[in-house]
Amino acid sequence: MTDAAAQPSAAPAHGSLAGASNRLRQRRRAQTRLKAYGIAAIAFALLALATLVGSVVVKATGALTNTHFTYEMTLSTEALGVTPESPPEEILRAPYGDLIDEALEARFPLATGRTARREVDALVSNGAQFQLAQHVVENPELLGQSVTYPLIASDRTDYYFQGGYGDLLTPEVAGRLTVTGSEDGTLDIRSSEEDFAEALQTVKQSLYGDADRLREQAARQQNAVRVYGERAAAAETEEAREAQLERQAQAEAKRDDLLAEAEALEERAAADAGTEPLDAENISLLIEAGGGWIKMTEVNRSGGEGVALTEVDLPIETSADWRFRTTTLPEGSRRVSDRQIAWLETLKAEGAVERDFNTRFFTAADSRAPELAGIRGALVGSFWTMMVTFALAFPIGVLAAIYLEEFAPKNRFTNFIEVNINNLAAVPSIVYGLLGLAVFINVFGVPRSAPLAGGLVLTLMTLPTIIIAARAAIKAVPPSIREAALGVGASKMQASFHHVLPLAMPGILTGTIIGMAQALGETAPLIMIGMVAFIVETPSGITDSATVLPVQIFRWYDFPEPGFEARAAAAICVLLTFLIAMNALAIFLRKRFERRW
Amino acid sequence: MSLTLFTVVALIALAAYFMSRRKAVLIAGGRSGVLHSRPVFHGLYSLLWVALTGIGALVVSSVIGDWLVDRVLLARIAAAQPDMAPLQQQLLLSDAKAIAEGRMSSRSGVLRDQIADAYAWMSALRNWVVIALSIGGAAVAAWITHGRVAPAWWARNRAERILRNILLAMATVAILTTIGIVLSLIFETVRFFGMIDWRIDKFILGTTWSPLSGVFEGQMDADTVGAVPLFAGTLLITAIAMLVAVPVGLFSAIYLSDFASSRVRATVKPLLEILAGVPTVVYGFFAAITLAPALRDFGELIGVRIASESALAAGLTMGIMIIPFISSLSDDVINAVPQSLRDGSLAVGATEAETMRIVILPAALPGIVSAVILGVSRAIGETMIVVMAAGQGANLTANPLEAVTTVTVQIVALITGDTEASTAAGPAFTLGFTLFVMTLVMNILAQRLVRRFREAYD
Repeated sequence: MTDAAAQPSAAPAHGSLAGASNRLRQRRRAQTRLKAYGIAAIAFALLALATLVGSVVVKATGALTNTHFTYEMTLSTEALGVTPESPPEEILRAPYGDLIDEALEARFPLATGRTARREVDALVSNGAQFQLAQHVVENPELLGQSVTYPLIASDRTDYYFQGGYGDLLTPEVAGRLTVTGSEDGTLDIRSSEEDFAEALQTVKQSLYGDADRLREQAARQQNAVRVYGERAAAAETEEAREAQLERQAQAEAKRDDLLAEAEALEERAAADAGTEPLDAENISLLIEAGGGWIKMTEVNRSGGEGVALTEVDLPIETSADWRFRTTTLPEGSRRVSDRQIAWLETLKAEGAVERDFNTRFFTAADSRAPELAGIRGALVGSFWTMMVTFALAFPIGVLAAIYLEEFAPKNRFTNFIEVNINNLAAVPSIVYGLLGLAVFINVFGVPRSAPLAGGLVLTLMTLPTIIIAARAAIKAVPPSIREAALGVGASKMQASFHHVLPLAMPGILTGTIIGMAQALGETAPLIMIGMVAFIVETPSGITDSATVLPVQIFRWYDFPEPGFEARAAAAICVLLTFLIAMNALAIFLRKRFERRW
Repeated sequence: MSLTLFTVVALIALAAYFMSRRKAVLIAGGRSGVLHSRPVFHGLYSLLWVALTGIGALVVSSVIGDWLVDRVLLARIAAAQPDMAPLQQQLLLSDAKAIAEGRMSSRSGVLRDQIADAYAWMSALRNWVVIALSIGGAAVAAWITHGRVAPAWWARNRAERILRNILLAMATVAILTTIGIVLSLIFETVRFFGMIDWRIDKFILGTTWSPLSGVFEGQMDADTVGAVPLFAGTLLITAIAMLVAVPVGLFSAIYLSDFASSRVRATVKPLLEILAGVPTVVYGFFAAITLAPALRDFGELIGVRIASESALAAGLTMGIMIIPFISSLSDDVINAVPQSLRDGSLAVGATEAETMRIVILPAALPGIVSAVILGVSRAIGETMIVVMAAGQGANLTANPLEAVTTVTVQIVALITGDTEASTAAGPAFTLGFTLFVMTLVMNILAQRLVRRFREAYD
């Protein structure tokens, strides 16, 4: 604009009014563009924050509830080998695990054989027996009676009820069901309508996938045919040529077999009718009828063959009282089998399955089984570690800050201290971990993985933060306060401790809380000093072995069970809650007590 | 025991405080101007001296006592078993200590029992000496300082001098920390370089990293300690992170400082700071559990193979983590550019965008560069994100879709691995030292730049 006015005779585009307004428009567009970039950048950052928190919270919902079985069982004195008069230690050690397993096995008499029984037992957590034992010790009069005690379900039961292994769908059925048994246990299933047509189509879809795989193999054989052909052409002796040709012929035969097989599969898939066998790679087709569960092993449009998973009243004659259930995942891709689904659904229908808020997560320490694991141990470990850190870092940090701000002469030594503090604030945390390992554990013999060692390392790590914040707070106290104190005869020490320090305290506390929040979330240096071990006991002091909340998250994330993933996410939520609370406290202190001079 | 002793010393100090103060009060007898210092300072002077002597004696005598006991016992073991390797002798000593303290020992034997007996009475002796010295020292200090209470005694000046020295000692903790870091890292680094016959060139330039595969009798194969794949992996992930963090951070800072309304600024700034407060283990969880599978699935969708521990997932997450550093540091320097420069530019007709581009950004450039350097230094030192989301294998590649490993990942793997600590410590501490030096250089550079920027405008 300016040069357009100053040089009217320059390039015509600049001189003309139209040119000027064009340029002006361009410049305004540049302005809009810059703003748009800024908004986009902020939107990206906020979106990232939302995704981060959102994904963790969604994952954490899996740990929100846990599942209990409330079936009735008899605490038989013969089976347990104890009576109400037995000493508590004996009552505690009685075989409750067997009792729980047998009670469940008795409900599903079809579960015979070791694998089936093990599958039944796997529904209940291994920890249930200890809870029951504790309960009986406290109430010995229950022995010999029939009780309903909530037994904690295993990880996979819980995950099944959360829908982690896909949903159990109920397609609409129109026909009446007839099921007849035969000698070898297979059941013949017929519906008066074509109720299974849709399921048959789904099963057939998987045939196309199989056919594709066969065609890929055929393509590899075709490649082999080509290679052998080339080698035969290049062969120098007759014998070698023969051998190559023979191999080529073999590959051709294999290729043709594969192609024929693929074509047959595709034909089968394309055909409307027919009967398809079902295996673990297909979705499972289950039928609820006659008071039990049937699993289909073969399906056609209006029926097929099956086996009973739980006891079924046979024969079923043109009954309208039946339900068709299909899973969304094939049996091979879930950790809960069709049998287990049938058992769990039976128990659920009887009202013997309860889902309630997972209080155990807050009251239990770590465990190898996700359904038993809790964060109490880690929380207490974090508490002790933070206590050590605060007890050391706060006084040292404040005193150092007072010295540097109020007493330090301006010389090379104090300058060196300052440079040191600034650099220490930016040293990677893992280096502090190495320092702790080499100095505190190896030289001073502080017990490994104890809150004392962790607290010492975190002290060194948070000191720069606290010193820098405390210095800023002390610097913000106006010199008039000091001068007034000195003027009425206070010593420098008295002026600092009696007048400057109290006024700087809100700022110092804010900085300290922020430093402690950092320390609470720190993981890497604590892993270096061995706080990553598996610790079942809740620590009761600063020299016991312990772990802390962020390290617990790191440990759990590493396990394959989905239950641990959910628990890690839930522990993150707890950690974030603490951090938000601490930061809110810091902001509150700043807002409430901050003085502007 | 030391905790009880510590409490006893603290109680003696408190008693000394009250006694000296009382004596001073009695001397003054209610008249003002008799004493040079107020009674409180006489008390404080006693308290400081008693506490310092008592605790000093406690610490010094315990350390020297432990050292002496170990030396004497080791000499005995050496006399009884002259052929034993020093490490074995150490082991025997710790077994004997375990026996003496009634804990589980790895083995038992006649010599162990003898040494255990000797240890039992020697450590009892050491305990009594420590008790005598610390309590005695505290009592003597209490007696002397109490005796000094007199009208002309400058207790306040004396006490304040001690306090001042305590403050100075606290301030030197920062120096001690630095010294501790440097010494502990250098010690192991030198040992490690000794193990590879001082072929430092192989460490810096070699491309095969598997340090524990060539260990034999205190020697390491210099051909398997090439750290180039680790440096390359660290650089790759850092580069991806900075590609995310620098534009996003810088543009948010530009928008927040000069374009946003004060209400937007007041809401968005704290939200961005939340990103800075999220613990790194949470970012690691996000990268490993949410982002990496999502990227892999997306890659499958478009037909590209993305490793589930790809550098991309770790780098992107690290970038998100560093956004708030870049944005808040840049925001600070952009705000620190004097208003007069803005006014001048706007007055000659420049738009706000032109003012930003032509006037403010060049002025703030040193500060912005230092923010970026600090961001890079954070990225290379970041541990949890890469431990959880990046690979373990030392893979030399520039492809962000493949798994790479970093310096910090290898440090964690070495220290937490199953290998004997003395073997794994060498390469781990050497990597730590490299990391320390790299970040130190960057921090000093960043501080220099910021100082230059401040000198120009303050």
